[in-house]
Amino acid sequence: MNEIVITLITIAVVIGGILGACMYLVLAERKVSAWMQDRMGPNRVGPYGLIQPVADAIKIVLKEGVIPAHVDKALFLIAPAISMFTTMLAFAVVPFGPVEQAPSWLRFIIAPEVNIGLVFIFAVGSLAIYGVILGGWASNNKYSALGSLRASAQVISYEIPLGMSVLGIVLMSGTLDLNEILNKQAAAGILGWNIWFQPLAALIFYISSLAESNRLPFDLSECEQELVGGYHTEYGGLRLVLFFLGEYTHLITISFLTAILFFGGWHFPWIATPESTYRFAWLVKLAVLLAKVLFSVFLIMLIRWTIPRFRFDQLMELTWKVFFPLALANMVAVMVVMQFGMPPIVLLPISILLFAVFGFFTVTAKRLELARRRRASLAMR
Amino acid sequence: MPINPKDVTWIKEPEIGFWEATFLPAIAKGLRITLGHVTDYRPVTQQYPEQRPVLPQHYRGVHRLNRDEKGRVKCVACMLCATACPANCIAIEAAAAPPDWPDRDKYPAEFVLDELRCIYCGMCEEACPVDAIELTHIYDMTGESRAAMVFNKDALLGIYDKTKDNPADPVRTARGRLGPASELKNLATLGPATTVERGDRAATAPSPGVIGAPPPETRNTW
Repeated sequence: MNEIVITLITIAVVIGGILGACMYLVLAERKVSAWMQDRMGPNRVGPYGLIQPVADAIKIVLKEGVIPAHVDKALFLIAPAISMFTTMLAFAVVPFGPVEQAPSWLRFIIAPEVNIGLVFIFAVGSLAIYGVILGGWASNNKYSALGSLRASAQVISYEIPLGMSVLGIVLMSGTLDLNEILNKQAAAGILGWNIWFQPLAALIFYISSLAESNRLPFDLSECEQELVGGYHTEYGGLRLVLFFLGEYTHLITISFLTAILFFGGWHFPWIATPESTYRFAWLVKLAVLLAKVLFSVFLIMLIRWTIPRFRFDQLMELTWKVFFPLALANMVAVMVVMQFGMPPIVLLPISILLFAVFGFFTVTAKRLELARRRRASLAMR
Repeated sequence: MPINPKDVTWIKEPEIGFWEATFLPAIAKGLRITLGHVTDYRPVTQQYPEQRPVLPQHYRGVHRLNRDEKGRVKCVACMLCATACPANCIAIEAAAAPPDWPDRDKYPAEFVLDELRCIYCGMCEEACPVDAIELTHIYDMTGESRAAMVFNKDALLGIYDKTKDNPADPVRTARGRLGPASELKNLATLGPATTVERGDRAATAPSPGVIGAPPPETRNTW
């Protein structure tokens, strides 16, 4: 079939899929939150509330779009669009299925063989912060400005450990193309998944991407208790929803990245390997990948309702004093192992050792500091 | 009054341990608790319009004016309820009883009760010497205007006709004998409104104005 037609179909599938997934992720989030809090969640529209996203969408589309009188109109209108557009664009190089076994009418990746895939995702995905900054600034509101300042400081800080944590994988795979990274893991089997060589990097990547996508426990840019609504205080209706769509798309993207970079993408022993060429194998592989993604999303929701929000200095301490040196040390370890031709599995004990030693020193320093403070307060009494 | 020094318990700030300082056990425990609520899902939500709440016998809802065995209004227009009412929501217009009502001098020609002003304290029910006004279990009565929620005598008698056969609203007394509400065996038993557990420090006051029990060795020494 014509290349352009396939591309158009793929784009349509991705946009429709992501928008639909976002709608139902909102419902899933509300339902899962309700279960975690012994509530019922939405259950009035349709069986088990399954039509609720449709009702929400209709309500939001029909809502009046209020533009406050004191805002910078052009930036105010552009900001949500940037937030949404950039996160969607970042998805263009994410393979969302087995690319080699795609049916003739679909491709499973919008832009195939982009050899700067990972860099593209981080570059374009980070532009989403412009939406937040412009939105907060254009609102001409102290709380919005504070929210966007926090968001920009936070995202810039977390971008560094985020990028550094995947550098190890890039070095080991020798490519930036997500699909090739995935195929290398799939060819090596379940023991070839990058999680076995880079557990520390996986941890740093996951937590940093939580912070980057402004999810709890790092949602300081919109924390209701301090900043009313943060950067989107002045937004309502469809424009507010564009911000949230961008946020949820980011959530989906980081879940896909976690599954692809660390957990072998669509690979699963016996049922979904590169050798499995039975009919509808692509469907099984797609299901495996989506299951991994959904598990990641569920974990994010679980974390959201477990860990309370960080204070801003704690947030900064975590990234600059903990993640940054750890990611750096991890990258050096990968370099050493590659340079001296050691088997990559030695990276597993190295990662654990790094984590343990670093944790020991950090925690001991913290306890000494606490003891010093206690002595000081006793001396004052 | 100053707090008795014997009542003050000095505690030392607990020292933070190594594993506690890593936060890892706490995070694992928290995740397990959160997940536990999903796997062991026991919601306490009442699906209101489908599931109605079981109200206690002493619930105080919309008022009614009782009728006697001949179907006449029981009220004798003595104004005790209107006097007792702290919200001043009862207005009674008394009139001489008809000649064929030999058992009383007065009766209410009109009995107006503003259900929006009422605070549902039940004092009118306490005050009534002939058990004519009672509070029912109806809690969801609404009207389309404020005027519609000012109930007159007919409306209040209508609520009696609607609720008299409901086991939740037994008539407290009948003329000359106690009503079904006094037959305690037939009424649903109610739990206490609050319970105090054994050893609840909040429930013991060793010296006036002090909450919390003193250490055992200082107990009963003054």
